[in-house]
Amino acid sequence: MSEAKEALLSPIVENNPIGLQILGVCSALAVTTQMNVALVMCIALTVVIAFSSMVISIIRNRIPSSIRIIVQMTVIASLVIVVDQILGAVAYELSRQLTVFIGLIITNCIVMGRAEAFAMQNPPGISFIDGIGNGLGYSVVLMLVATIRELFGSGSLFGFEILPLITNGGWYNPMGLLLLPPSAFFIIGLLIWGLRSWKTEQVEEPDYVIGGHTAHSAG
Amino acid sequence: MLEYYLSLFLKAVFIENMALVFFLGMCTFIAISKKIETAIGLGIAVVVVLTITVPVNNLINTYLLADGALAWAGLPDVDLSFLGYLSYIGVIAAIVQILEMFLDKYVPVLYNALGVFLPLITVNCAILGASLFMVNRDYNFAESMVYGVGSGVGWAIAIVALAGIREKLKYSDVPEGLRGLGITFITVGLMSLGFMSFGGISL
Repeated sequence: MSEAKEALLSPIVENNPIGLQILGVCSALAVTTQMNVALVMCIALTVVIAFSSMVISIIRNRIPSSIRIIVQMTVIASLVIVVDQILGAVAYELSRQLTVFIGLIITNCIVMGRAEAFAMQNPPGISFIDGIGNGLGYSVVLMLVATIRELFGSGSLFGFEILPLITNGGWYNPMGLLLLPPSAFFIIGLLIWGLRSWKTEQVEEPDYVIGGHTAHSAG
Repeated sequence: MLEYYLSLFLKAVFIENMALVFFLGMCTFIAISKKIETAIGLGIAVVVVLTITVPVNNLINTYLLADGALAWAGLPDVDLSFLGYLSYIGVIAAIVQILEMFLDKYVPVLYNALGVFLPLITVNCAILGASLFMVNRDYNFAESMVYGVGSGVGWAIAIVALAGIREKLKYSDVPEGLRGLGITFITVGLMSLGFMSFGGISL
């Protein structure tokens, strides 16, 4: 039981796929200007990663290791097609806004990484839970970034107005920068800073240490 | 006509830069940008692979997958577009594999220079992303060729520039928590801000 809990919870803070392992940032940044778009992306990714881990884990003893990448890719791509078709049927408008980013779940490094690093060695049940855990770790970062960008960039959350905009007779002057691509990089960079100040064991070793001033001894 | 393609090319390189505006290929972009030489090797590999895969996927889409594309085979009512993702990634994986074998046999110098980066490229989101954008925007064959080269060049420029900055950055005294990943993100953000200034250009 504790193993399952560990697999579910550790990717959220301790071993966050975006914060620590730099995986899956590709799509993480582009879909975070609006919270509802980000939420759909999170759900889609979590579903794909959980089920792909489970399926790959079920067939793990039958995959020849020389073609395992192709096999994993095929499983993941098929699941993404299913998710894409469902989204197109249920939430057509949102799937239009996500454009190519649903398709890019296929090459999302988190999905491949978990398949390769965890599902290939572990039984299906725990792989499924590990997939959900990593999906949640991704979702936490994505939703945090989306909250900051939507709240301060357009004064709303999930499309509901929280800070009344000047253009609508309110007082809040939105920060246009937060809707532009660079802000996503800044926010993720600062989030990593925050995370590492809290969990100091994640701090990276410096390549070069700058020596302090050495006192000259006279004579 | 030439102006149109030139403008498409410049748009793909600067205004819609794969890495800095659409955030594609970020994992490799951040992980393999510590040294200029490796960044150049990876950049060239991305340009080569994009130049081949985007037009090939364009042909596959036009003649096999799009709605009514199978009319030449006497099946005008068949729409296979839902198979898109699976086919594009298959094509990319296959082309990377073929390219690897071809370079190994005929251009060993380039093969050794690219080394481990070539197989890694299959999972680079920029490659699949370019094919998906191409389908999304209905580019024809010539346009997709220009777009493939352009987006590859744009990605390569971005990663080489970032590697240049990071080579200097490693000597600087960065706050503890920001060291490594954090400061790299902020640097990329500033670069992205710089690339936004290309936004007004039109030919």
